[in-house]
Amino acid sequence: MSDIKYLPGKEPHEREHRLIFKNIDREGWDPSIKCYMQDGGYDQLKKAINMEPGDITNEVKTSGLRGRGGAGFPTGVKWGFIPPGNTKPVYLICNCDESEPGTFKDRYIVHQDPHQLIEGMVISAFAVGAHTAFIYMREEFPEAAIIMEQAIEEARKKGFVGKNILGSGFDLEIWVHRGAAAYICGEETGLIESLEGKRPYPRIKPPYFPAALGLYMAPTIVNNVESLCHVKHIIEMGGEEYAKLGVDRNTGTRILCVSGDVKYPGYFEIQVGKMTMRELLYDVCGGPKDGKEFKAVIPGGSSSKILRCDETFKIGRGDDAKDLDFWDIQLDFDTLAACGSMAGSGGVIVLDNSRKMSWVLNNINHFYAHESCGQCTPCREGSTWMKKISDRIVEGKATPEDITTLEEVAYQIDGKTVCAFGEASSWPVEAIISKFRDELTADTDENNERLSKEQLQREMFLSKS
Amino acid sequence: MSQEILENNVASEPTPGEQHFPPFEISDDIIALADERISHYPESKLSAVLPLIHIVQHKHGFVSKEAIAWIAEKLEIEPMKVVSVVTFYPGFRQSAPGKFHYRVCRTLSCAMAGSYELMDQICEITGIDRSKLSHHHPIVVSPCGNYSVEFAECLASCGSAPVCLVNDDFHENIKPENAQDLINQYKV
Repeated sequence: MSDIKYLPGKEPHEREHRLIFKNIDREGWDPSIKCYMQDGGYDQLKKAINMEPGDITNEVKTSGLRGRGGAGFPTGVKWGFIPPGNTKPVYLICNCDESEPGTFKDRYIVHQDPHQLIEGMVISAFAVGAHTAFIYMREEFPEAAIIMEQAIEEARKKGFVGKNILGSGFDLEIWVHRGAAAYICGEETGLIESLEGKRPYPRIKPPYFPAALGLYMAPTIVNNVESLCHVKHIIEMGGEEYAKLGVDRNTGTRILCVSGDVKYPGYFEIQVGKMTMRELLYDVCGGPKDGKEFKAVIPGGSSSKILRCDETFKIGRGDDAKDLDFWDIQLDFDTLAACGSMAGSGGVIVLDNSRKMSWVLNNINHFYAHESCGQCTPCREGSTWMKKISDRIVEGKATPEDITTLEEVAYQIDGKTVCAFGEASSWPVEAIISKFRDELTADTDENNERLSKEQLQREMFLSKS
Repeated sequence: MSQEILENNVASEPTPGEQHFPPFEISDDIIALADERISHYPESKLSAVLPLIHIVQHKHGFVSKEAIAWIAEKLEIEPMKVVSVVTFYPGFRQSAPGKFHYRVCRTLSCAMAGSYELMDQICEITGIDRSKLSHHHPIVVSPCGNYSVEFAECLASCGSAPVCLVNDDFHENIKPENAQDLINQYKV
């Protein structure tokens, strides 16, 4: 690995551990199959195709790989949900609808290293017995759709995709399916509906996993781009060896995408849990901009709950209970969950003391109001109401009661919708209000015009229902 | 019957951008592209609805009534199924954009880095009245038809904010003061 050179100014930080991003910003690197194969590309596919499919799934289970799309569900376990004795075709879908604000890792994989994804997908399809795979590419990546299709064509010519892959008798077709700028398509059942050519309304659960009933009512595995790329490295290293990366129950590496108010924003692939918030924001990202101080951090995409930089968290139970300072938070799935937030998709948005929380909240509310699919009433109406209330706060037209109303609306969305979008839109509101209530209240005025009688009745109805 | 529904319910407002796009017609190349896409989905032709809309929109700038009728016929589905898709996804348009369509990301990291100011600059240079932007009219075209703007929701490049898509080209780290350079890259 030491002979790899990176483009000037794009060198990885010394604390990084690059597996997935090994070839990103690499000097002399291009997305062609020639370049990829000179670097040992498709060797893991040659190895995997001679293994038993069940053994590959077991390696992935042993590795402890948890999905990198947001929920952090173990990938191998997900694969195991395909009903035994299934006679229908199985589909594999790569979720490349990367659209959680703050997340920008898949962009670099599909633009710069498409063959890594194809190799991961072919191995995964072989493991789950899928003969058709789709890459659901967000519409905002038009160039990536072309790069991916060219890469698939190159792989087909070399016999890595198509009929009788490497003489094994295994067939697989991979197609790129472009979305059309809808955030909800990142929800796996919404994505499936979209792939079926409909509006992407998420499906009612149960079944909880499309592995039981998915695309065309057949078993379907939906995995994030980064998760599928990890499969290649698990085959290379072996599940047990891979599990030594990271910390217990949070194995491997993951890409953290840091944006907002830091000196050096960017993407950093680290071992899960082997870095604290202090190390990430000060050592890797260079600290706050000159003359500023860190105020708060959104740790896993805009839907995760915000954390204040001066907070202390109580984690653990009974004898294990302890206080954890914000700066000592280990960046892994379990620690962030214990702090009341989540690791999500790895999008870390940093805010400094120049940011007004009412403005931040309003920006987030606009996003969710725009992206709600409109299927469930609490989310469709609630996200727009939350936007309207935060608009009033930003415009200086709100009264202190508006903060309470906003909080009530949020709690009436949370947990009352078909998909997790309800939580995604209400968690930021709940967290920002509970942690910055004084600051928000300072933006309101007792003397502002109260709502009309009709509007008040509507909101009373809301809080009583 | 279904033709009548289309006549009554699908309206494409004329815009000055139309002059830059050929009017919809069923040509050999569009049929060939469509057939190739349909072949990717042997289980269900309906799945090809998004790809077919993309083909039409890429060539003709927007999805017209005639295009919807053709897609429905091609996929052997009711035209309303195509309409329901066109009207849901923000990525599909029912009116022509400008020759150069600017999509500026407005989500948190880009907004913090100045994307609203970037949008203001682009509008000022191209003579677009941003006050006409609304949820129901997300795209505004300049009077000359050469430019149009739209706020996009997270373009997934928050580390190099503010970012912007011009047609299919991606631009990052565009400071508001560099808006003129960005526009100069596209000759009318």
